[in-house]
Amino acid sequence: MIADAASSLSGTSARGYLLVLAIVVPVGGVLIAAALGRRNAERTAFAAIAVGLVVGIAILSDVSTTSRPLAYVLGNWAAPLGITLRADGISAVMLVTTALIIAATAFYARTNFATPRDVIEARAPYVFWVLLLAVWGALNTVFLGSDLFNLYVALELLTFAAVPLVSLSGRADAIAAALRYLLFALAGSVFYLLGVGLLYGAYGTLDIVLLHQRVQPEPAVWLAVALMTVGLLAKTALFPLHFWLPPAHAGAPPAASAILSALVVKGSFFLIIRIWFDVLPGPRSLAAAQVLGVMGAAAILAGSIVAFRQVRLKLLIAYSTVAQIGYLFLLFPLVVGFENSPWSATAWTGGWVQLVSHAFAKAAMFMAAGLIAQTLGHDRIGDLGGIARMLPLTVLAFAISGISLMGVPPSGGFVAKWLMLTASVEEGQWWWAVAVVVGGLIAGAYVIRVMTRMLSPPSEPLTPAVSINRWQEAVPLSLAVGAMLLGFLPLRPLELLQIGLPHLLGGVSP
Amino acid sequence: MTSATLFGLCGAALIGLGLFGLLTDPHPLRKILGFNLLGGGVFLVFGVVARRGAAAGFYGDPVPQALVITGIVVAFSATALAVALVLRLYQVSGDLSLTPQSSEQPHSDGAEG
Repeated sequence: MIADAASSLSGTSARGYLLVLAIVVPVGGVLIAAALGRRNAERTAFAAIAVGLVVGIAILSDVSTTSRPLAYVLGNWAAPLGITLRADGISAVMLVTTALIIAATAFYARTNFATPRDVIEARAPYVFWVLLLAVWGALNTVFLGSDLFNLYVALELLTFAAVPLVSLSGRADAIAAALRYLLFALAGSVFYLLGVGLLYGAYGTLDIVLLHQRVQPEPAVWLAVALMTVGLLAKTALFPLHFWLPPAHAGAPPAASAILSALVVKGSFFLIIRIWFDVLPGPRSLAAAQVLGVMGAAAILAGSIVAFRQVRLKLLIAYSTVAQIGYLFLLFPLVVGFENSPWSATAWTGGWVQLVSHAFAKAAMFMAAGLIAQTLGHDRIGDLGGIARMLPLTVLAFAISGISLMGVPPSGGFVAKWLMLTASVEEGQWWWAVAVVVGGLIAGAYVIRVMTRMLSPPSEPLTPAVSINRWQEAVPLSLAVGAMLLGFLPLRPLELLQIGLPHLLGGVSP
Repeated sequence: MTSATLFGLCGAALIGLGLFGLLTDPHPLRKILGFNLLGGGVFLVFGVVARRGAAAGFYGDPVPQALVITGIVVAFSATALAVALVLRLYQVSGDLSLTPQSSEQPHSDGAEG
């Protein structure tokens, strides 16, 4: 812990410039795309994505080979007044995940958001490509920021970029859903800001490393962390603050839904983790962690049951997101209070594998549902018969993603659930295991319900509403295969995820 | 009671009023006003933090003042985006209900959570 503080206080790491590139490339892409406009917005986006993917992989390889976090001190002004960018293990993993999913979304959206040949500039494609890069830049800033107010700005940027993506179709229900999302998100960020103000008032700094050294258990800290957590819960759509999510997904274009469920809600979850495990020194509040765990379990059960009862495919997948986000919050009761036990590392790995595999699987599912909706003209589950013959790759992608959501091997979802089950049983908190298992069973129910409809013959012969693009079908299939490949991770704690957080998890891995 | 404490209590009252408006009023424009009140209260709390953190000879700590300026800009952009959405919603649908289709939660106009 002292070494980590020293490395970020003493200055920039050798490869620290990569962190600056990770933020500058998407944001520069936004500016260039907005300025050039027309067809060049799409070309700029692809160029930025290519460069950003290389940067993300470079950061991940540097962090994993040196086993130390990367740091960059902006302008060489050290904390407490200066701002640091810091990439530890979880940041690096999230950077690469984000880059891959944004790249896949870009390939998927080429068909739907291409500027037509006879038009110089169309509103929706131009806005889409610019906002795609903006969401990516905001996410990278969230993952790399080491200053609480810098993170507030990144959070707001993320919201302002995601809200117009929801309303892109221009229909009344999409605009209403976007407005609702915006109001929820603004309430959340104002609470976060209030918490930041209280922490500054108490300790005089907002740098995460310095706060970690200075924070004492006192009412100002409890209140600040409670406010910030609640604000971020509204943005992460944890039950019961999830009401904005399903309407937003129902009206959003499929590429935007993919990013929203896979990445945007994970950004605020990442900040909750930062505040709980990086800002707060141990011991952390067991009661608060249990409250988060209870809300997570309620999300799993309520979200899964409501998903099962949906009539529309997109809404089923949206409620499935609500349920899967609940799994992430089971990480809190399994890690807090057990820092000296070897099982906390297992639970930590399980939570992060769940996050990454859900990102891949859910993005694939939304893309598949989008392809089905545009081919059939509707997405009613009851009338999906015959789609398997028309869009075999899409249905296969849906099936593989469903396998990951259910937690059936081989898939990232299985590894995540196995690790969480092991940790909860070994720690004696077997009730979380019940929630995980029941959630998996209900997920199986709704996935199989949809698959049965998809594989059944049509009631009348189907004709596609638009021509089928096999390359577009290949994108969700590759994301789903990515989720499946995560199933080959060993069923043990992953050291990469603990780089930069040695103070979090003591003990030897089992 | 110092003036800083008085302003802090005033900020707390604004936060309470703004949150109440944001949560309970069904009209989107009033929700946006509630958000602005909420933001104003938070900025007042920042001002109190600046006053209480003042070093000898200074009137106020400059860091929270800088944070407030950024916060004002962010709140202004947020309000602009929200009002633009409200205007467009009115143009497209002619009414300002946040749940234009009747299928979802029927009581959710009044409760945001």
